[in-house]
Amino acid sequence: MAETGIGASVKRTEDKRFLTGAGRYTDDINRPGQAYAYFVRSPHAHATVNGINKDAAQAAPGVVAVLTGDDLAADGVGGIPCGFCPAPGPMNEPPRPALAQGKVRFVGDMVAVVIAETLAQAKDAAELVDVDYGTLPVAVSLEDAAQEGAPQLHDVAPGNVCFDWELGDAAATDEAFAKAHHVTKLDIVNNRKMPNAIEPRSSLGEYDAASDSYTLYTTSQNPHVTRLLMGAFVLQIPEHKLRIVSPDVGGGFGSKIPHYPEEAVMTWAAKKVGRPVKWTAERSESFLSDTHGRDHVTHAELALDESGKFLGLKVQTMANMGAYLSTFGPLVPTYLYATLLSGQYVLPAIHCTVKAMFTNTAPVDAERGAGRPEATFVVERLVENAARETGIDRAEIRRRNFIQPDAFPYQTPVALQYDSGNYEPLLDEALTLADFAGFEARREEAKSRGKRRGIGFSTYIEACGLAPSNVAGAIGARAGLYEAAQVRFHPTGSVTVFTGSHSHGQGHETAFAQIASDRLGVPIENVDVVHGDTDRVPFGMGTYGSRSVAVGGSAIVKACDKIIEKAKKIAAHSLEAAASDIEFAAGTFTVAGTDKSVAIGDVVFSAYVPHNYPLEELEPGLDEGAFYDPANFTYPAGCHICEVEVDEDTGVVEVVNLVAVDDFGTIINPMIVEGQVHGGLAHGIGQSLLESCVYDNQTGQLLTGSLLDYCIPRADDLPSFTVSTRETPCPHNPLGVKGCGEAGAIGSPAALINAVTDAIGVASLDMPATPEKVWRAMQAAD
Amino acid sequence: MPTISLTVNGKSVSGDVEARTLLVQFLREHLHLTGTHVGCDTSQCGACVVHVDGRSVKSCTLLAAQAEGAQVTTIEGLTTDGALHPMQEAFREHHGLQCGFCTPGMVLSVLDLVNNDPDPSEQAIREGLEGNLCRCTGYHNIVKAVQAGAKAMRG
Repeated sequence: MAETGIGASVKRTEDKRFLTGAGRYTDDINRPGQAYAYFVRSPHAHATVNGINKDAAQAAPGVVAVLTGDDLAADGVGGIPCGFCPAPGPMNEPPRPALAQGKVRFVGDMVAVVIAETLAQAKDAAELVDVDYGTLPVAVSLEDAAQEGAPQLHDVAPGNVCFDWELGDAAATDEAFAKAHHVTKLDIVNNRKMPNAIEPRSSLGEYDAASDSYTLYTTSQNPHVTRLLMGAFVLQIPEHKLRIVSPDVGGGFGSKIPHYPEEAVMTWAAKKVGRPVKWTAERSESFLSDTHGRDHVTHAELALDESGKFLGLKVQTMANMGAYLSTFGPLVPTYLYATLLSGQYVLPAIHCTVKAMFTNTAPVDAERGAGRPEATFVVERLVENAARETGIDRAEIRRRNFIQPDAFPYQTPVALQYDSGNYEPLLDEALTLADFAGFEARREEAKSRGKRRGIGFSTYIEACGLAPSNVAGAIGARAGLYEAAQVRFHPTGSVTVFTGSHSHGQGHETAFAQIASDRLGVPIENVDVVHGDTDRVPFGMGTYGSRSVAVGGSAIVKACDKIIEKAKKIAAHSLEAAASDIEFAAGTFTVAGTDKSVAIGDVVFSAYVPHNYPLEELEPGLDEGAFYDPANFTYPAGCHICEVEVDEDTGVVEVVNLVAVDDFGTIINPMIVEGQVHGGLAHGIGQSLLESCVYDNQTGQLLTGSLLDYCIPRADDLPSFTVSTRETPCPHNPLGVKGCGEAGAIGSPAALINAVTDAIGVASLDMPATPEKVWRAMQAAD
Repeated sequence: MPTISLTVNGKSVSGDVEARTLLVQFLREHLHLTGTHVGCDTSQCGACVVHVDGRSVKSCTLLAAQAEGAQVTTIEGLTTDGALHPMQEAFREHHGLQCGFCTPGMVLSVLDLVNNDPDPSEQAIREGLEGNLCRCTGYHNIVKAVQAGAKAMRG
């Protein structure tokens, strides 16, 4: 058992199909009679739609239908809903029709869909759809959208304001600043990112007239959430008539959380044209229409006393929502951001304001880390600069302010209660792995080669395991955030685990099988994990926010425990003992203190062939479901240290070492966890050095609209990483797990920019630290 | 509509295709070999890499008609009697894949790399993978997998 149980680096069961081309992604699926869809998207960032002439397109070869917003309205199709309103409100919430009705608000906003026999015919005909646009002035940047007299996107959002929100105690924070010995100030732009999962979004809708039911195959991280949102709010299809299948999904990184208009249009159109209809995004469409991430402009100040202890933190942030509210858009810059501003520190007073704006850009939602990277960047840039300004060693200033291990549970001034943590050993180990002691010698050596070498730290905290439903409700979520699982023993002893979590690369089929195998004492090869199909999995809230093992895994444990509880009664009957005397370990039920035992396989068989079975007390079968609602968030924490070399002549930054020491609580599969950290670090380096989504402020045109223009990290942009983990178990879930999917992206950007600013001797540098930006900063500083 | 004939994974195939049909479309839609993926529209991502006459080619950059008479190998053609190729096995062993979408193109690209350089350095692997994008792994484990796969292939 040990080599496949909890804590073992079990090789992934899903790999064989991925390695042999047998994966089944949405675009791999084709249905009989299928037609193909292509969307007509607005080339303008802001325009009225005065009329659409679709005659020529409809007459083109192979065209089945050309549908517009008027057709949606005529069928009573609702707008795409938002799933979160940050408490206490209010929030200006404009309607978002799936196809434009009267106005377009970003380049890529959808105006019509052309459905044809072939994709080529649909594309050809889309060229013939004649849209009469009346172009309008645009508000693209946050600053421009907030200007007096800026063009207005929505009637219901005066001044383009979505919400003006705050968290923390303003008066207490002012008091803290009044007592400050030193105040460190910083202006920060957190650059807009594009998730860029390598699999583009895809949706295939199908309607069965005989049963009046729909199936949508779609690239979603949370098919049940999509069913709930689309069924209840957009198309008014009850759950029992709507099946959502998200088979293998080729990466998500947040961009496949939201319910998208294309999904609703494919589902609706399938009935409208009486045939399955498929749409798959081209990468250019992904750039235009996938949700983007980050995009904050922030002013922040940190107050310190004479000894370098933190007294207070003030943060003012403007956050970009894009043109419409995506599913969790308003959650990201509020309760996933301001709540994390205490970091790993005792910070007695914090006040944060967030003004969220509408702009003529694609909607913004979660992107790996979602709010927490932005918070960590604010805190750790300030702490690093405070160390430099006060002359206190950068490790020492952190040590002086860490929350101590005996202080947990620790209540921060920004709503969260950290359940557990032990931060100093993370820093110590990172310092050792990074050979911090030898850094100055390396810096000197680099100078002789024309390189400026720098080192930067970042310690981070994240809130994962989203989320206790009552807390989620209180802060503005319009859904619960529990997870569901079903664990089914089959008569001859194999097991199927049905989970509401969704795997799009995280290896759940392996990690969840480890959990069930470990808990039930059956060989791992006898356990299969099913996810991603609302007709097979009872319910589920899906995968995001590093929640799957903490919440989804806990639901599996809970279902396993119900199985064992019932199986003990069956075992007691066959062993002629009292159920309270039965002990279970490693797949065997034993009467305590005796050698009388029965294997779980025999108990299972007897549950399904109940010839000798307590039928008067127990139902046959061993098949249990569970919903698990977490008691708190989980709080992974870590320390990342980055070392860079900057070329003096070119400004090119090379990451020469990146150390990540993370505390994820109990680890189910170390191999998978390391892989998750690597991937997160790549996202963090990408944001810090390479990636930036750029719109032209005058026209709203997307300038980084292809992989030629938007740089996601290539293999030779990245170093090999040094990663290590420590385990402080989470005290409130049965596995002790905390979550690991986002940590790399959360901790590393601040470490990297701290390293670059250390190397070139500047106080501030916005991401991405491109050679040009770094070179100019060096020239200005010298 | 032109008729094309070629050999795919050792089998002779032919089909009538529109002249503008790309090789990747022919593989996925006509032959239902969906292991070859499409991740972009500018030949950057490399998810569609196959071997044409033994060399790695982005099958989104080639018209199907240009592959007339060629020997094409896709990811489906790498296994022998169900057994993984040593490079596939190395990717599994070293966790060189997560979501799996870039994996087929990645494996076929590195096989070409290793055919030309049987013992590639880390730098050679990283540079050799410039045309294959992975958004999940950070490439760390891909590099390890390629080193191990190359070693296994050297025997």
